[in-house]
Amino acid sequence: MSEAALTVTGDVLPEGTGGVVADFSADKQTFQVPWGKAMMWFFLLSDTFIFGSFLTGYMSVRMAVTDAWPLPSEVFALSFGGEPIPLILIAIMTFILISSSGTMAMAVNMGYRKDRNKTFWLMVATAAFGAMFVSMQAFEWTKLIVEEGVRPWANPMGAAQFGSTFFMITGFHGLHVSAGVIYLLVIAFRVKNGFYEKRGGNYEIVEIVGLYWHFVDLVWVFIFAFFYLW
Amino acid sequence: MAQEGQQHPLAIYFWIWGLLFVLSFFSYMVDYLNLQGGLRWGLILLFMFLKAGFIVAIFMHMAWERLALKIAILAPPIALGVLVALMVFEADYTFLTRIVFFGEGAPLPVHH
Repeated sequence: MSEAALTVTGDVLPEGTGGVVADFSADKQTFQVPWGKAMMWFFLLSDTFIFGSFLTGYMSVRMAVTDAWPLPSEVFALSFGGEPIPLILIAIMTFILISSSGTMAMAVNMGYRKDRNKTFWLMVATAAFGAMFVSMQAFEWTKLIVEEGVRPWANPMGAAQFGSTFFMITGFHGLHVSAGVIYLLVIAFRVKNGFYEKRGGNYEIVEIVGLYWHFVDLVWVFIFAFFYLW
Repeated sequence: MAQEGQQHPLAIYFWIWGLLFVLSFFSYMVDYLNLQGGLRWGLILLFMFLKAGFIVAIFMHMAWERLALKIAILAPPIALGVLVALMVFEADYTFLTRIVFFGEGAPLPVHH
């Protein structure tokens, strides 16, 4: 931030490490952001530990297994009439999620410009991308369970642990995306209805929703790298 | 705060957006071109950390937050790195134990 940060009482706070000391010392608010944003960050930090622990569990299980691990690039290949293209569905899902991250960033920006109409439509677009992502995941799960016979306790391709880690990690992520779609739509309609106009016209909430949504995309970056590409 | 919230020029978001697409395409190509060995893992991790960094720094505005919030949010996940290191040792040990006891030529179980 170019201009100096001010406390609620209007005191100027120093930047850099001296700023850290100033922020944490004395009997006052520590983080110079709205409380909702600070709380969303703390929630996301706890979620980082949940997904981090899931991925670490997956790592130790995969390292310790003596059976061959099923090749993700073959398991998740999809054929459109011709040769199966490796990992294509996952690639499309990744691109959809990144598209949604872009529209979300735009929505946050338009929110701060108090352009309610654009904010609403960009948030709806983000939610639509999210819904698309979850639908493709449902398709992927169905294909895996019905056609490939993957179960949480066994699968025909190799190590039994493949199914349990796959369903747990992608399932938990899919749940986050689904919750995010609902969250986005609720806030989007409140923006449209002028709910925040009655509260002083503060659109900080769009940035808070955005933090959650970008986090979901962030987790997918790690899942994509460790589960699908590794 | 004097000025509310995080307002930045749109251009930076478009740049990062484009960059995320390019990096995702690259990481997909790693698999598509079937690269193996150190090159594969190196590139996967490089693209992953670049993407994660851009998302957190620009899209989540962490680059413009005060250092106190940056530290409060970004320092605790270091503990996950410690967990990963511990689990690498643990998993290696489990793997070797499984080879020794369940592998070819392993000693038969003794029944008392």
